[in-house]
Amino acid sequence: MKVLPILFCVGFALAACEREERDFRPNPVTGETQEKTALVSLSPGSSPPQQETSGKALAFEGNAYHLSQGKRLYEWFNCNGCHANGGGDSGPALMDDRWIYGSSLENIVQTIREGRPNGMPSFRGKIPDDQIWELAVYVRSMSGLESKAAAPGRNDDMHPHPSENRTPPSPPVPGGIASPSASAPQ
Amino acid sequence: MSEAFAAPDPKELRDHQIGGPELTARLARTWGTKRGLIGALSTVDHKIIGRRYIITAFLFLFLAGLAAVAMRLQLARPESRLIGPDLYNQLFTMHGTTMMFLFAVPVMEAFAVYLVPLMVGTRNIAFPRLNAFSYYVYLFGGLLIWVAFMLNIGADIGWFGYVPLSGPEFSPGKRADIWAQMITFTEVSALAVAVEIVVTVLKQRAPGMTLDRIPLFVWSVFVTSFLIIFAMPAVMIASTFLILDRLIGTHFFNPAEGGDALLWQHLFWFFGHPEVYIIFLPATGMVSAIITTFSRRKTFGYLALVLSLIATGFLSFGLWVHHMFTTGLPQLGASFFTASSMMIAIPNGIQIFCWIATLWDGRPVFRTPLLFVLGFFFIFVAGGLSGLMLASVPLDTQVHDTYFVVAHFHYVLIGGAVFPLLGAVYYWYPKIVGRLMSERIGCWHFWLAFIGFNLAFFPMHITGLMGMPRRVYTYQPEMGWDNLNLLSSVGALIFFFSFVVFLWNTITSARSGSLSGDNPWDAGTLEWATSSPPPPQNFDRIPVVTNREPLWAEREMLPVAAGLSVENRELIVSTVSEARADLREASPEPSIWPLLAAIATGITFISSIFTPWAVVWGSCIVGVMLIGWFWPKGSKEDEE
Amino acid sequence: MRLRPVGILLLVFPLTGCNGWQSALDTHGPGAGSLETLFWIFLGVLATVWILTMLALVASLRTRRRPHADPLSEDPAANRQMTGTVGALVAATAVIVLALTGFSYAYQKRLMGEQDGTLTIKVTGQQWWWQVEYEDPQPSRTFTTANEIHIPVGEPVRLKLESSDVIHSFWVPSLIGKTDNIPGRQNVLELQADREGIYRGQCAEFCGWQHAHMGVLIIAKPKAEFESWRNQQIASASPASDDERKRGEQVFFTSPCIMCHSIRGTSAGGKVGPDLTHVGSRLTLAAGTLQNTRGNLAAWIVDPQRIKPGANMPLIQVEPRDLNALVSYLEGLK
Repeated sequence: MKVLPILFCVGFALAACEREERDFRPNPVTGETQEKTALVSLSPGSSPPQQETSGKALAFEGNAYHLSQGKRLYEWFNCNGCHANGGGDSGPALMDDRWIYGSSLENIVQTIREGRPNGMPSFRGKIPDDQIWELAVYVRSMSGLESKAAAPGRNDDMHPHPSENRTPPSPPVPGGIASPSASAPQ
Repeated sequence: MSEAFAAPDPKELRDHQIGGPELTARLARTWGTKRGLIGALSTVDHKIIGRRYIITAFLFLFLAGLAAVAMRLQLARPESRLIGPDLYNQLFTMHGTTMMFLFAVPVMEAFAVYLVPLMVGTRNIAFPRLNAFSYYVYLFGGLLIWVAFMLNIGADIGWFGYVPLSGPEFSPGKRADIWAQMITFTEVSALAVAVEIVVTVLKQRAPGMTLDRIPLFVWSVFVTSFLIIFAMPAVMIASTFLILDRLIGTHFFNPAEGGDALLWQHLFWFFGHPEVYIIFLPATGMVSAIITTFSRRKTFGYLALVLSLIATGFLSFGLWVHHMFTTGLPQLGASFFTASSMMIAIPNGIQIFCWIATLWDGRPVFRTPLLFVLGFFFIFVAGGLSGLMLASVPLDTQVHDTYFVVAHFHYVLIGGAVFPLLGAVYYWYPKIVGRLMSERIGCWHFWLAFIGFNLAFFPMHITGLMGMPRRVYTYQPEMGWDNLNLLSSVGALIFFFSFVVFLWNTITSARSGSLSGDNPWDAGTLEWATSSPPPPQNFDRIPVVTNREPLWAEREMLPVAAGLSVENRELIVSTVSEARADLREASPEPSIWPLLAAIATGITFISSIFTPWAVVWGSCIVGVMLIGWFWPKGSKEDEE
Repeated sequence: MRLRPVGILLLVFPLTGCNGWQSALDTHGPGAGSLETLFWIFLGVLATVWILTMLALVASLRTRRRPHADPLSEDPAANRQMTGTVGALVAATAVIVLALTGFSYAYQKRLMGEQDGTLTIKVTGQQWWWQVEYEDPQPSRTFTTANEIHIPVGEPVRLKLESSDVIHSFWVPSLIGKTDNIPGRQNVLELQADREGIYRGQCAEFCGWQHAHMGVLIIAKPKAEFESWRNQQIASASPASDDERKRGEQVFFTSPCIMCHSIRGTSAGGKVGPDLTHVGSRLTLAAGTLQNTRGNLAAWIVDPQRIKPGANMPLIQVEPRDLNALVSYLEGLK
């Protein structure tokens, strides 16, 4: 019986530790991680697609510092230019439940690194890898997929969209189409 | 028709019907606390709760002192890599927050909770169950923030938590929320104690203790309680707004959406300035008590001292903008606050002069309490005068947010509150424990503290003028601040060591100090009229007061008022200004509900850091606990 | 007396604060000069008050009463005398307080009164550097730089203080007192340097992890030199001429650098970090943290998080030979 409250405290403690870790310096400074992810959930046979991830996602998901840095980078690197504040413009909306290229953190990282057809630029080499991960985890939080305790609150600025920590979670749905302006003749 | 005039019930035993050791033993049984864990957790004895408060507050002092030692070790050398910026920010936040919210105010309240009922000659504090509740809430708040610190969720925004740095965008995670909620805990606790003190002092004084016979320490905590009642809500509002901004996206402090970053500063400092007087005024009461006793002379200028306390209390609410002189507020408004900040030196000066006058006319007895009071004079007056420099708007633009300010407030807080507090510990320890503290170790303690403190903090005046800002985790070698910082660090270590010596003295004296008897210092106030430590009922019979120093006026035998019940918990409620005995009031029995209500309150506050719904569900649980608390038990007097 | 050398040492000790690179007591401008005078006036008066109070305290500790005197006894004559003395002291305190308030207000009016600087510079506090924009009636003569402000000697300069994130505070003690940079409002600060020189300042409001490393330099030069500096700063970056710098320019444009930094005259237009158009001409890097040398520049690019942990500049991957070229390119941006 005495073990139970201790276990509870330890569990609580570990969760807190991960959320509040402020890791300024990737160690070691490597190039990009290797993520073998599938863009779709289909695969021949009855088993799901084969995927292999580097495990880096664990350090970023649910981490309040990385989420808040991701939010600042989103504004600084002008993601608003195509995606507005998550509502989408010439690029698709990011705060909805439609994910054209997959909603896992590794998928989003690949999207930003490699770019996608219909207008998403490739940021490989222009944004350091860790910052791509920060942006990706922030994008996930825009549709409420990240823990409420870690997701950022309201902007300390103009407030054009609901705070990420009050966005109700939208379970990801694959699909969606390229937005009309992106499919118009270039 | 008040019950004081009702015909006594022949079945009920009264304290004029028996006497001597039998009376003491029976009253002790009536007023005592049961043994065992449940008994300890459900006690409503103000002395037990006061002791717990004192010990817990000193524990927080040690923790905050360790944080300070860590900071000074980091700052001893330029560009030192001992502690990184994140941990350093957490350390100085924890140091400031713990010292201000968890040590300085609670320890003054603690001494008030222990001493005021004894000094006004009553059996227990007003609202004893609320007293128990306030201790538990304080304990839970302190545990919250220190456990959070151990888990890397410690606050890192400074004890003052300026927005937008503490806002949702620049303080990710839950650190700032935990800090803000801890404030809620400590405020509730402080407000509760303030209310109890006010009621005790106004309505439960011993018969004959007119307003001009109230001891100066009691006056000081009485005025402080009003400061708490009017100042604490401001910080409660501020911290609530901050949590609302962070949790549910309100825009109180968001300039882009109609809020204002300066709103936080106004709200916080409207509390923050009275806060330091909440810490300082009880210390002046302690100084008055110690000087009176140790100069063997009644206090000179009692009326002036009381009026100074009240004036300081009022004036302290008109100073807060002096923390904001560099924010770009209109100059005419700012200079008003220069005038008021300088003016508060006048009542402080009156106090200093009256104390020196008391010493002048007296026969000083140099024991450790008086040594600490002399240290208080040396240090606090210096700090107060550097405060006059800070009060001037133009001078403040140079020294605001530098180490000059750090030096100033440590001089006024340590000199003005901690030194009197240490003197008070040496003074009242015999009453609380029954043994005297060692004078020899006390002497060592004093000199180590005095030298260590001045060595640590005097150079900071200079480093501040040389351009060293506050709240920096390191500094460049070419700035020329390195030697002075090293000196400060050495002094800080000596100062910390003096507290270790103090702890040693407290512990060893409890075991082997010489027995003190009722009144080892031959003091004049009522707490020395009962045994050391006092029995649970405080006094066998309520004393009647004929002079400001009752024990000096009635050396042979203290007159008493008799007629209170022996089998039931009863105390005398008296009129407000003339203290004529008015009612026999039943005093609550021990109860576990304060603890349960405090746990429910704690759960509500802590969960509301994570979700706003916690306030709704938590209130239901708190409501249930309060129903249990207030469930009518029927006092025995009603059953007649 | 053996204590005499100790006493002298203790008296000399405070005077060590009088000289310093960032000292409020080593002033070179009329603003800071008045403040220094006011400080000495206050110090003189208040130190005297403290000494007199301590003397009174020491004097009061001599025993005057007989051992068994009644602590409650009244002596009306002594009481009257003591009341008179205390009353006089309280009156003296009130007079001193009034006098100091008067001095303070007089200096305040003098300092905050005039706002006639013709050169206006907008200083925006960022976490953890200073963005400096020189304004001009002619838009083509405005320019942006970072962390270093050049001003002409002997002329008042008006600084407009803003913040893009949290509250900062602009403070150059040798020239003037501080004023906060508060998001959502603009504060105005006038300063003037009376002598040529380099004056260091530092952010004076806690602003996060690298508050300690947010320095600023104000460099005062004669008017002619200032104008030629300004013209040089207005000009765009000259294109690279030698091979190594050309390669360095290439490295710059293919690295993450362009996402945050701008170099006028090129396609690098990032607005997040400090403007690098003339970074080679600055005395320090990283907001006063490092001397601007080749080695420090390389160290800063390779591992900014070791020098300023928590700063917004990330670690990037750069090959050693590319690093040399990049540093050469940046060094040459004078």
